[in-house]
Amino acid sequence: MAVQEYIRERFFPQMWCEGCGHGTILNSLLRAIEDLGIAKSDIVMTSGIGCSARISGYVDFHSLHTMHGRALACATGVKMAKPALNVIVPMGDGDALAIGGNHFIHACRRNIDITAIVMNNRIYGMTGGQYSPLSGVGTMATTAPYSSIDNAFDVAELAKAAGATFVARTTTYHVAEAVTYLKKAIQHKGFSVVEIMTQCPTYYGRKNKKGDAVEMLKWFKESTAKLGSKELENNPSLIARGIFADEDKPEYCSEYNKIIERASRR
Amino acid sequence: MTKEIRFVQGNEACVEGALYAGCSFFAGYPITPSTEIAELLAARLPQHGGTFIQMEDEIAAMSAIIGASLTGNKVLTATSGPGFSLKQEAIGYACMAEVPCVVANVQRGGPSTGNPTHVAQGDINQARWGTHGDHSIIALTASNHQDIFKMTVDAFNLAETYRTPVILLFDEAVGHLRAKLEIPTEGELDVVDRLRTSLPEGVNYHPYLPREDGRLPMSDFGDSHRYNVTGLFHDMWGFPTADPTSINDLLHHLVDKIENNVADITRYKEHFMDDAQYVLVSYGSSARSAIHLATERRARGERLGVLELQSIWPFPKELIREKCDGARAVLVCEMNMGQVVEHVRAAVRKPNRVFLANRVDGKLITPLDIKKFLRMIQGRGA
Repeated sequence: MAVQEYIRERFFPQMWCEGCGHGTILNSLLRAIEDLGIAKSDIVMTSGIGCSARISGYVDFHSLHTMHGRALACATGVKMAKPALNVIVPMGDGDALAIGGNHFIHACRRNIDITAIVMNNRIYGMTGGQYSPLSGVGTMATTAPYSSIDNAFDVAELAKAAGATFVARTTTYHVAEAVTYLKKAIQHKGFSVVEIMTQCPTYYGRKNKKGDAVEMLKWFKESTAKLGSKELENNPSLIARGIFADEDKPEYCSEYNKIIERASRR
Repeated sequence: MTKEIRFVQGNEACVEGALYAGCSFFAGYPITPSTEIAELLAARLPQHGGTFIQMEDEIAAMSAIIGASLTGNKVLTATSGPGFSLKQEAIGYACMAEVPCVVANVQRGGPSTGNPTHVAQGDINQARWGTHGDHSIIALTASNHQDIFKMTVDAFNLAETYRTPVILLFDEAVGHLRAKLEIPTEGELDVVDRLRTSLPEGVNYHPYLPREDGRLPMSDFGDSHRYNVTGLFHDMWGFPTADPTSINDLLHHLVDKIENNVADITRYKEHFMDDAQYVLVSYGSSARSAIHLATERRARGERLGVLELQSIWPFPKELIREKCDGARAVLVCEMNMGQVVEHVRAAVRKPNRVFLANRVDGKLITPLDIKKFLRMIQGRGA
């Protein structure tokens, strides 16, 4: 099926700003789904609130645009009720890790078969450029006019520590890599997290003098390196890209099925 | 066929009612005094292939039942005061997105952590206006186990009929009281199934276009119709819109579908109301004391009646006006600072003849408490 058939064309052009990386993530995701050949009615995309969350309106799947931070909690209900469905949850950095932080770690802990995508642009875009839990110390934002003193989460380490069994990180510059990781994540049986660093030239770029979208993409290329590479070894200040976890552990819905079996014998 | 008779807590009567109604999914978070509902469903649901999940918090539990409802399940969550506060965000979402779901709130003393192990009825107005923005809501209540069972079944029926969250406003006293429950046989009580679209695959399905009778047929996530569900104002396909006409129409629809059907939703019981000179209006466990007092006073020839409300929202204004019309005085018995009495005053022709008999110290209001208030308004006491 052509990628075009996975989208709701009447809502295009999309609402994201010029140069925003979110469209690239949408493209990568659709290519991953196309490659996997999953039927449209077998996918539920659940999102929260923010620029990232609007992605669910553009795809011709079952789409559930929920509340700020609650996407994973709603998705858990969908998945537990109908485990045969593929549940994909794109979230922004604030959505996933500030207001939704509790749901995030607990979804990881349960190892429920949901694919979470953290579209990390290190800023709250929809509300106009406030710092997020992934902005990091020194970031300039409308709510950090003298620069942020907040430490950032490392999503990959956090997800891994919380129990996610597939964890990967890439950027919107590394499109082919993003498609590969998203495919693996969707195929993975268990909770998977793919962090995709994405550019927000409108707010993060402007506030932090990172230049336009092209400059920011170059910055993703130059400031990251593959896990296990010599480059990363020689320069630990680079941000690691790659697969941080890929484990086979009991998945939550399968475990609950065993509970049903046990309970119905009583 | 002999009926199954059980000796149970009120909370267990709620569980039995939910299962009778076809509840197949529960998500919850432990909180006193509602926890038994979660505990019992954790055991019962998987026996029937249903799903129980204990979520990380109250918000998540409410969110999870919304997700599960959209896949075609009848869903329930249970909570109490502080948890009910946390659920308000997602209750508003369910109102806006028209997702059928049932929320049992076994009330305890508040505000805040308040009085977890003691009775109160302080969440009446929160059930109505706890979530932000204009909306309408259905809230039912009950004073005994048989009625808890029935109102729980009704809550599921109304949630499916009107595609809306329905709140069950129980309280600690009736929730924890152990008493007899006769489980109705199959078919004895009406059970409303979800109305699903009959449109085949490929035909344009409008999830938010009401039929002539006002109902909106649903399509389960996973079936052939793919549509959008959002908390934003949306069009008939469920897609966000900022069109003033669409916003206006949707908000009116959300309110009208409930407020225009007060008569259908209203549930109540009358005790000794025929020639009552004094009317006690009450609900939940307060109504038990009101009924006790009326029974006792009737035996002595006093014309005292009880109008027991089993639905609080939408407020049964017409019913109150009609039933209280001939009364010398109306005494509203409730365990709060007067949350229903205000609405009774607004409903009747002589609001200055409506009085409050209340108790807010964590103790169950007694027949004697009510009698003291009654004597005062009769000019015979205190």
